[in-house]
Amino acid sequence: MQKITNDDVDVVIVGLGWAGSIMAIELAQAGLKVRALERGPDRPPEDFAYPKPADQYAYAIRNKVFATPRDAALTVRYNTGETALPTRKWGAFAPGTGVGGSGLHWTGVLIRPTPTDLKLKTYADKAYKRGTLDPDMRVKDFPFTWDEIEPHFDKFDKICGLSGNTGNLNGQIQPGGDPFEGPRSNPYPLPALHDTYNSSLFAATAKSMGYHPFPNPSANVSSAWTNPYGSQLAPCNYCGYCSKYPCLNYSKASPQTAILDVVKRMPNFDYKANAMVIRVDLHADKQTARGVTYIDEQQREVFQPAKIVILSSFQFANVRLMLLSGIGKPYDPITETGTIGRNYAFLSNGAATLFFKDKHFNSFATAGATGEMFNDISPGNFDDGIRLGFLGGAKIHSSQSTGAPIGTALPPGTPSWGQGWKEGMVDWYDRSMKIGITTTCQSYRGHFLDLDPTYKDPWGQPLLRMTFDWRQNELKLQRYLREIVGKIAKEMKPDFMSESFLGLDSHWDITKYVSTHNVGGAIMGDSPRDSALNRYLQSWDVHNVFVPGGNAFPQNFQANPTATIGAITLFAAEAIKNHYLKSPGPLVQA
Amino acid sequence: MMMIKQFAHFLTLAAALAATTAFAAPADTLVQRGAYLARAGDCIACHSAPGKPAFAGGLAIDSGHGIIYSTNITPDKQRGIGAYTEQQFADAVRKGVKPDGTHLYPAMPYTSYAKVTDADIKALYAYFQAGVKPSAYAPPATRMDFPFNLRWGMAVWNYMFAPDQPFKAQPGWSAQVRNGAYLVEGLGHCSSCHTPRGFAMNEKAGDSSQAKFLAGGDLNGWPVPSLRGLPRWSEAAIVDYLQTGRNATSAVAGEMTAVVAHSTAHLDDADLQSIAAYLKTLSPATPRTATVKAQGVEATAKKLTAATNLTLGERLYLDNCAACHFVNGKGASRVFPVLDGATVANAESPAGLIHVIMQGARTPSTDKAPSILVMPGFGKRLDDQEVAALASFVRQGWSNTGAPVTEREVAKVRKMVKAD
Repeated sequence: MQKITNDDVDVVIVGLGWAGSIMAIELAQAGLKVRALERGPDRPPEDFAYPKPADQYAYAIRNKVFATPRDAALTVRYNTGETALPTRKWGAFAPGTGVGGSGLHWTGVLIRPTPTDLKLKTYADKAYKRGTLDPDMRVKDFPFTWDEIEPHFDKFDKICGLSGNTGNLNGQIQPGGDPFEGPRSNPYPLPALHDTYNSSLFAATAKSMGYHPFPNPSANVSSAWTNPYGSQLAPCNYCGYCSKYPCLNYSKASPQTAILDVVKRMPNFDYKANAMVIRVDLHADKQTARGVTYIDEQQREVFQPAKIVILSSFQFANVRLMLLSGIGKPYDPITETGTIGRNYAFLSNGAATLFFKDKHFNSFATAGATGEMFNDISPGNFDDGIRLGFLGGAKIHSSQSTGAPIGTALPPGTPSWGQGWKEGMVDWYDRSMKIGITTTCQSYRGHFLDLDPTYKDPWGQPLLRMTFDWRQNELKLQRYLREIVGKIAKEMKPDFMSESFLGLDSHWDITKYVSTHNVGGAIMGDSPRDSALNRYLQSWDVHNVFVPGGNAFPQNFQANPTATIGAITLFAAEAIKNHYLKSPGPLVQA
Repeated sequence: MMMIKQFAHFLTLAAALAATTAFAAPADTLVQRGAYLARAGDCIACHSAPGKPAFAGGLAIDSGHGIIYSTNITPDKQRGIGAYTEQQFADAVRKGVKPDGTHLYPAMPYTSYAKVTDADIKALYAYFQAGVKPSAYAPPATRMDFPFNLRWGMAVWNYMFAPDQPFKAQPGWSAQVRNGAYLVEGLGHCSSCHTPRGFAMNEKAGDSSQAKFLAGGDLNGWPVPSLRGLPRWSEAAIVDYLQTGRNATSAVAGEMTAVVAHSTAHLDDADLQSIAAYLKTLSPATPRTATVKAQGVEATAKKLTAATNLTLGERLYLDNCAACHFVNGKGASRVFPVLDGATVANAESPAGLIHVIMQGARTPSTDKAPSILVMPGFGKRLDDQEVAALASFVRQGWSNTGAPVTEREVAKVRKMVKAD
């Protein structure tokens, strides 16, 4: 096969989701010639013009805008004693593909972690007596201070038109917001979305019990917004098609609505869809990359020379590409040497579903992020975890993200098909609400990613292998949260309720959807000994490779990851523009 | 070491890029001025065809009496205008006469361009000789029906209709208004679409001294709004619209979309403000007398919110339009146009509204407003009866007072849309 070589570019971006789009616009605005390669198809606005996305079967059941397992499968096992098997259907998580990536079909909850979340190791060492936590736990601090990262959170909030209530403005606690949030330099750009019935009931009850609820911070914008790049978002109309759907109304911040129309105008930026990058090509000394190789639409192998390589694909695709390319040393859980693949973490959720004979929730009239949450049970804000021997917490919330009929909650015992199901729908559709938890998940010595020895992708390259299961720390946290949710639910006096929480003997169930908040595997840190990337997401080993994404988190916090991915990517882009271009080389001395 | 060298090159490249992206044209001020004026004249709109080099011509323009293909105006010596002298260029632009004496068809707006000053002709000439890449592309020959195929006939037409008058300022105009008038009446050739045409496709008025000038026209069945005074818009709203294709209440649709994208969005603030100031001096046309009584904003919003006993038009509005334009018909500033009181909803002819419902619209991406916001077309979802019911509702909801729309009117537009 004849190999094609493209014209040189300054920057090649692998994956045009949120992280890739941010890098594209920031570096193109700095005058660099930037080319993005996206493995999936282009997704122009015509694809999701009203009313096309309002199709639950196509988008939420048949995963219309997700990666297919053929393109992005990995193998999974609970521990190193098992043989991993490939995912043939998405379950617990479902990564996106195509221009916009997962940023096109995310729900739109845009919440920051707390300052404690970012310095979890420091907090744990101080708060917990030595030996009380799982000895295999490997949590770490993020390698920057709150003050360093806050301006980038602030910028990303503005890029997305964050809607909600300010909780802490420069250290002053504001009414109606989250009193536990870190001090922000500016108020939320836009006011909160309207509350739905379920969330106002939940908020009132939680408040009466001493908690501090506030509206879910939302990137489904509450009114028309023009962001710092000049992109326009439209007021959300509460159509209920957000999570797993592209927005039909220009209301959900996504690469398409917030960035791409701007960067596409620039003559020094272009992108190729259906371009599957199979490796980063390194110079002989392995100190720098010389470009990437991809398979184009016609299945030809193409070499793209570049001075800087940005790996901004989905979390585990980034990790896999580093392993396939020989960037850094693969992690070995026995010796705990090597850095690529370590600190993989997921997250858990759980919920109580409350049924009311006499209430209608109008659950179809909603935004993805609609709801109220409280952050009282997050690390540093409560003491029971120290007493009970677990580290972590959760946001506890009542969200109403859709009223789509397939899979709607029906009372326990209702048949899942046929006459009985129809009767259940008639009697109980729209008469239930949920109180849910989104939890932290710590990282452990034995949870990691590496290349599978058996299974290969269509191009003959090994799949990524995930080794992961629940640990007692996370299950104890679940038991504790179940109690809190149960108390709030009881207070709300439903006619009856059902629940889904993990028991102390639970294993991770890959078949049930949790959230696509996979993190770690190529983490940022202070030392090349136990992290893959420095604080600017620059590979410690190959200094012109930067790897923005959830892969950089050393463990998972209870906040949804998008705000942090946006902030660390902007932080890295600034370092590239201000420092790396002037003197290319490691930005942090090891 | 190798990397350092590479990056030294890399930095020069970055600097060079930063320098070249700001100005595409050579650093010659006359050429740059010419490039700007070519934007003001929107030369590219007609003299470029999809897939062909810029200014190489070949765009098919259906005149109703045959197809006119635009010409190659790149500096190619054989196919283009590279061999023209400045005087020959000036005669083509201002008089519609080629160096060999043959006449251009007035699809070329030389009746407006007649007002372009010598200085601006000089700049345009410099740009088309030195700032445009030559192309040897030969556009297809224009084929007109008899008697329009006899180009000498255009001499008679010119004698009757083309004033060939230089630009004349009205007494009392400020320098700003004067500049605006020069742009609108001259290079902008706004009157080509916005002034009603007579029996021989001649514009019924040539400048602002005449009441019919810019009083609204008809473009292939699409009612083109009057620009006289624009009583509903402030000067800032006019500037915003021309610069971005959108403002607090409206968004561009139809042919004007390309005009904003290729021409007005590239004009500087001072020129756009001049244009707005000038348009504001024109006395508005007498408003149309209402044929129906307005339902009232509150009443319409209430009826749609209750969503019971809806007419077909109301139901279709809720199912197809309310997501963006909302039950109050107010849309959202700069994103979704206001329907309550909109010109397109209250026009004498409903054809513009029908067009937009069937074909949709998309805002152009401009420097000041890069977002492309798409309104999908509903022509495939709705049949003629449904479009008529929906358009009738939009023309009569809130404070609108348009006459109802018939299925026949919809069918006529659908035929045209299909032909596109």
